[in-house]
Amino acid sequence: MIGLLIRLLRWILGGAPLEPRAAAPPKAAQANTAPAKAGPGKAAPAKAARARPAAQESAPIAGAADPPGTTRPPGRERALELGLTGPEYGLIVNKLGREPNEVELAMFSLLWSEHCAYKHSKKLLRTLPTGGPKVAMGPGENAGAVDVGGGLVVAFKVESHNHPSAVEPFQGATTGVGGILRDIFAIGARPIAILDSLRFGDPGTRATGRPDGERTRYLLDRAVAGIGHYGNSIGVPTIGGEIYFEGPYEQNCLVNAMALGLARGDRMIRAAAAGPGNVLILFGAATGRDGIGGASVLASAELGETDAAKRPTVQIGDPFAEKKLMECSLELVDADLLVALQDLGAAGLTSAAPEMASKGELGIDIDISRIPLRETDMEPFEIMVSESQERMLCVVEPERVDAVLAVCARWEVGATAIGTVTDREYVRILDGDRLIGEMPVRALVDDCPVYDLAPAPPEHQIYPAPARTLSSEDPGDALLALLASPNIADRRPVFEQYDSIVGSRTVRRPADADAGVLMLPTRGQAHPAIAASIDCNGRRVACDPYNGTIEAVLECASNLACVGAEPLGLTNCLNFGNPERPHVAWQLTESIRGLADACRALGIPVVGGNVSLYNEAGGRPIYPTPVIGMVGELPDARRAGRSGFQSETDRIALVGGFAGALPGSELARLGGAELPTHLPAPDIAAVARAQRAIRRAVRRGALASAHDIAEGGIAIALAECCLAGGLGAAVVLPDTVKPLRALFGEGPGGFIVSGSEAAMRSLARHTPVFVLGAVGGQTLSIAVAETRIELELDQLREAYGGLAKLLT
Amino acid sequence: MRFGVVTFPGSCDDVDARLACARVGEAVRLWHADRDLDGVDAVVVPGGFSYGDYLRPGAIARFAPIMDEVIAFAEGGGLVMGICNGFQVLCEAGLLPGALLPNTGLRFLCRQVGLEVVRSDTPFTTACPPGAVLSIPVKHTTGRYHVPPEMLAELEARNQVVLRYAAGANPNGSVADIAGVVNEAGNVFGLMPHPEHAVDALTGSTDGLCLFASIRDTFTRATA
Repeated sequence: MIGLLIRLLRWILGGAPLEPRAAAPPKAAQANTAPAKAGPGKAAPAKAARARPAAQESAPIAGAADPPGTTRPPGRERALELGLTGPEYGLIVNKLGREPNEVELAMFSLLWSEHCAYKHSKKLLRTLPTGGPKVAMGPGENAGAVDVGGGLVVAFKVESHNHPSAVEPFQGATTGVGGILRDIFAIGARPIAILDSLRFGDPGTRATGRPDGERTRYLLDRAVAGIGHYGNSIGVPTIGGEIYFEGPYEQNCLVNAMALGLARGDRMIRAAAAGPGNVLILFGAATGRDGIGGASVLASAELGETDAAKRPTVQIGDPFAEKKLMECSLELVDADLLVALQDLGAAGLTSAAPEMASKGELGIDIDISRIPLRETDMEPFEIMVSESQERMLCVVEPERVDAVLAVCARWEVGATAIGTVTDREYVRILDGDRLIGEMPVRALVDDCPVYDLAPAPPEHQIYPAPARTLSSEDPGDALLALLASPNIADRRPVFEQYDSIVGSRTVRRPADADAGVLMLPTRGQAHPAIAASIDCNGRRVACDPYNGTIEAVLECASNLACVGAEPLGLTNCLNFGNPERPHVAWQLTESIRGLADACRALGIPVVGGNVSLYNEAGGRPIYPTPVIGMVGELPDARRAGRSGFQSETDRIALVGGFAGALPGSELARLGGAELPTHLPAPDIAAVARAQRAIRRAVRRGALASAHDIAEGGIAIALAECCLAGGLGAAVVLPDTVKPLRALFGEGPGGFIVSGSEAAMRSLARHTPVFVLGAVGGQTLSIAVAETRIELELDQLREAYGGLAKLLT
Repeated sequence: MRFGVVTFPGSCDDVDARLACARVGEAVRLWHADRDLDGVDAVVVPGGFSYGDYLRPGAIARFAPIMDEVIAFAEGGGLVMGICNGFQVLCEAGLLPGALLPNTGLRFLCRQVGLEVVRSDTPFTTACPPGAVLSIPVKHTTGRYHVPPEMLAELEARNQVVLRYAAGANPNGSVADIAGVVNEAGNVFGLMPHPEHAVDALTGSTDGLCLFASIRDTFTRATA
């Protein structure tokens, strides 16, 4: 079995040698680490690396289950195979005062992996604004949470499950959803919604029979099925999401899942262990060999050609088990039986137990002989690193253990006391009476070196121009081609595979509006609600990581404004390539700078997030994709906005100081244009003013519809409003110089709204408003200078319905 | 009156069903492992994925201890409504004719559909306007109602079809567009659409409320 693990883990060496760009220095030296400038040759190796205690090299040969210090240590070579760098291994030896044994090395290799330790992003993430009056729980817990009034908080978080999904899309997506849901109920919140963000390669078309799209269509079909399978079966509605298809995601798809939960503010539970002598109870599924090494093998290295053989590292999801686990966990929290609660995610017990100890500044003893196993002959380190799904760990006062076990039994959830909280800050792993691992908590959880990046902007655009698929110059043809583009086409064939209504809270379903809307418990006569949106146009971030990321934040806030919601907080999932490459480091640095600036300017705190690096295949990184998830509040669910036109003769207006441009747009993609290297800098203050004006008008009930202008520009926004409402429109656009730019140019801060003449006048007091025309008939008619587009709604609908053909 | 809503491990729409029942009466949870109906006046077997839909939807739930009580209650003339997974459970339990097969599209489908009220004289539809087309969502993977041709003829002859998908709205390939049926005695009703998700204008529709109101009215009349 160890042989299998070694084989699995060897891909790290084969696929992406993690040679240290920076030494893993003693802590004091970290601030001076500047890898690129120093150059690999000058980076001083840490002293610790040389400090291998010679005495241990001649230690007697023994099995992994011998007491620490008496086992022959697996050694540095093995550490490298497990993804650690030489200097990192040296540092571990230094911290332990000896070489780690098998169990310890396995645990260090996972906790010191990029996925668990955020070693290439931690310093940058510290620059994000995280505080605010509505923040109930900030970064560092299982999920962030914001106050929504009435004693309630909404917890939310987005996480990636990219590499597992690229290897096995159905299970990758299911366990992605399962994992993010556990994060939510781990803080005592009932999950109330899921959103997802998906990226695939070019799907090709069935009509052309291009074989290159087959894998993409397979990944799309199975990932969507996986999300549905888990979310539908567990009874949490999927209320929104986004999908893009772009070449750079061909070999490395993205599957990001976001979940929201509702909790009483005074009942949130933290993951910090407390009270020496308290009991550690593992509950949920039994522990098996699935997902061994997932955090390091899959999540922290690039994908290569041998990915099919990585399937054993992908976990298998069981939504029925998680449904019981969720109800059981929430009942335990509700009955106030727990001291602390933590989910088992990446790296399983190895991550969960030490992190609880670290947060509580205490120690933990775990007896692996008590852990229920699916297989009888599992090695101790396999038990510790198993990523078997649907498991939770809690800390319980000794006198409440029986009550906890009784609740678990009622929900038919297995539960076992596996250890205790200690006052000595060590994680000790026991196998019955034998001590098989002993590590200082700080060393394990907090002392992984963090690296400075070596950012350098590329000299030219690193992404190739997209394939040209549109040759006509006719604006009507362009509009239909854009509507048919998989990046714009109607998402209904996907959304219909998700239960969007279970829970009886969904006020706006996917495709009803720019953001999903969920009602909260009524307060007297008030009908408060929350809204959620997830967004990121990776191509625009590839054009300009700083401005593109600002655009993603603005887009989410605009989506919320269209339903009348004010942002409360933001979560993010930073999907990037290998940060050890200077241009990827530059993308990451610029993107986080944009995120921080946009959040500060809009006053939106970042309450949590996730980083997914090494998203590359064959040395080609994905488009940098900082997926933004945003949650807002609205005072009256009954006035939540809609995107579709509602009534004949309503005025249609363009709102906000919108200045679209074609470089980097969807039309430019269809035309095969090179990606530009810069986007115009958004006027964040002006966009914020427009959002405020829209939000207030929607909240007053003054507008019949509101929709933000995104991919495909004004013309596509108009077509979407027509199709969503089943009504035509006749409009004249103001720009007379460049009709194509006026029709299809993209940029942040523009809205298409409909309503009364008076509503438009009222809006115009706060933000620029151009009345373009009126709603009516079954034709979309757009005039700009000498250019005319006249298309029947049926023609638009035909083009817009293209996505269904991609689902096999 | 008191509605009892069964909760199996894996039930998802049990809370929604209780909320819907609470709009017209009192609603309590019935636990799958209990052998007691808690004195309720009508039973709702709700939607979801009881026992993970493992083996076959409804096939395991049918053997839960509470189902013995539900079957006895139904045989005694009590009103029982099964929604979606609940419909599947009632078919597996032999309380309703037919079976639910995978949708012709083989995918989970969540969609608002039109439902034609074929009979407004059953205990479950008296409050529904005769001939009305109700807007109620479906959401299922295994919702294609099936009975063999000769059984279908009997079903139609005995007027057991209560709801049909409106013309062109059949989402799953159900035979004869059947969305809901009653047993021969008329006191057990199963339907694939989710009326409990159509009881509030804020969440999309109030058209499902008439089914719950009908049960209350029927019970009230019977005990008056």
